[in-house]
Amino acid sequence: MRKFALLALVALIALSCNNDDDNSTTPVNVDFLFTHNFDGSPIENSDFDQIQYTNENGEQLSLSKLVYLISDITFTNSSGDVFDAGDYNLINVREETNLTFTPNIQIPPGNYTVSFTFGFDDEDNIDGAYADLNSADGGWNVPAMLGGGYHYMRMEGKFIDNTSTETGYAYHTIRAADMSTTPVTNQDTSFVVTLGTVTVSNDTQVEVKMDVAEWYKNPNLWDLNVLHTVLMPNFNAQIMMFENGSSVFSLGAVTQN
Amino acid sequence: MRRLLLIALVSLLIISCNTGDDNGGDAYVATPSPLAVPQLFQDKLLDPVIPADNPQTVEGIALGRKLFFDPILSADGTQSCSSCHDPKNAFTDSKQFSVGIDGSVGTRNSMPIFNVAWNFNENFFWDGRAIGVEGQAFGPVTNPIEMKNTWPNAVASLQASSEYPDLFLKAFGTSTIDSTLVVKAIAQFERTLISANSKFDQYSRGEVELTPSELNGLNVFMDENRGDCFHCHGNPNSPLWADNIFHNNGLDETFTDRGRGLITGDPREFGLFKSPSLRNLAYTAPYMHDGRFATLEEVINHYSEGLVYSETIDPLMKKVSEGGVQLSEEDKADLKAFLLTLSDPSFITNPDFQDPN
Repeated sequence: MRKFALLALVALIALSCNNDDDNSTTPVNVDFLFTHNFDGSPIENSDFDQIQYTNENGEQLSLSKLVYLISDITFTNSSGDVFDAGDYNLINVREETNLTFTPNIQIPPGNYTVSFTFGFDDEDNIDGAYADLNSADGGWNVPAMLGGGYHYMRMEGKFIDNTSTETGYAYHTIRAADMSTTPVTNQDTSFVVTLGTVTVSNDTQVEVKMDVAEWYKNPNLWDLNVLHTVLMPNFNAQIMMFENGSSVFSLGAVTQN
Repeated sequence: MRRLLLIALVSLLIISCNTGDDNGGDAYVATPSPLAVPQLFQDKLLDPVIPADNPQTVEGIALGRKLFFDPILSADGTQSCSSCHDPKNAFTDSKQFSVGIDGSVGTRNSMPIFNVAWNFNENFFWDGRAIGVEGQAFGPVTNPIEMKNTWPNAVASLQASSEYPDLFLKAFGTSTIDSTLVVKAIAQFERTLISANSKFDQYSRGEVELTPSELNGLNVFMDENRGDCFHCHGNPNSPLWADNIFHNNGLDETFTDRGRGLITGDPREFGLFKSPSLRNLAYTAPYMHDGRFATLEEVINHYSEGLVYSETIDPLMKKVSEGGVQLSEEDKADLKAFLLTLSDPSFITNPDFQDPN
């Protein structure tokens, strides 16, 4: 019995002394940090409601709200194995909420191609299905008469229009829906952002950068005088936003702590 | 050795079975009374916000209800919470500005009280100055233009009464009354004030149909090219009909009341007020933070033709230079018809919400 007790004690000590660092294949979480800039100038709370930016078309503008949804952060290794928690994150830049996000999945350390979806793809964009999004921001939903599902982004502010008047804009991205056709023409305008290859180790943080200026740049030069409001039911505007979105996000710093 | 192991095992079991309750000594627990969350809210919304240190109990709710309707909390014993928060008005009153015990008149319209447990931001009052339902309930007792009392005096009145010490004992396990327990009880009662049985709720549940006018009004509300009300006031999947966020909705060119900015000191928030819920509008006139509009027609006309520019006006206010979205008369009437479907007659007549005294 003494021998048994001694063995148990040794085993207990051995287990207690186990260190995660010793095992390079132990699955780990990966943290994401979302940062925002306008042509390289960082955007923080104090930058909101200041007409201080100039878009590609030359309009001076401010931001008053910048809230957006990302989903399905995906890690793909060189063997083609895909890791995806299937979760989502609603980022509020002005309120500085959810600027960091850790997908609910652990993956083995190694090199991965990292991507995510801007907004919800059609598979996830289920009308009214998410209580937290229904409860956020007065309802993150898109009304059924505008196609249903959820907003991808609400970017709002003011700009100086071509009559020198300060005018509100609401650059809202959603699934494009042409309600004038029968049946309604829907087009999934979410898009996959591929950040590039990231080395994941025990404590990795990946920075995702949004350059707001890119929403106004290419391939569609955006004229806020023409397109500043009632963009949700504007099918063509939604397609243009979708196209412009492709250059908005990029990989920032990857840190191993 | 076997004996030693047995003792160790028994000791371990005893330690494992120890519960946190034992550490509290004589911790009293009243009868739990979980909120009856409507199915619609269960299906669509996050769980209600209930502080861990103030669970809903039968005795706490009953005490809160009695306190809510009892003028004992005011300095001269003439005014209760219900004086300005009347059940028949969805727990507001019909005055532009409520009147305090000495005739003082404020500058803000009394807010209705319902579905407060789903105010996820937990900002209360038009300017969000109070945090949480309990935090809100602290204010009016000592407000010089409301009950004008002091908490020590209010507590002394309760302590001296023949009923309250025992009711606090039953609700909280102590007959020693303090302001924290008073607002906890009131908050428990206020959390039970749930409104989720309007005609539109019944429509959402598939129980009734809307009229063509009401349906068009719903579309006006949701149409970004017409009302575009939903961005601040919710939608059928977000059935609170409020965002509980602060906005400048184009009422004034200059501000006599800085609203949210008065609390934060941030000039970017001057003239911003919390969007109220559109539920129970049939009972909550007059409207806006200062009760300036007596009718829903005036409210709709404001958004249609009455907007004025100021520096902090919300970007969602459209066509400000033209005064607003220029709704047709038919759309205005239909929008009003829809808005009235959000009113809940069963809420204002609910016997559990009336004066028990």
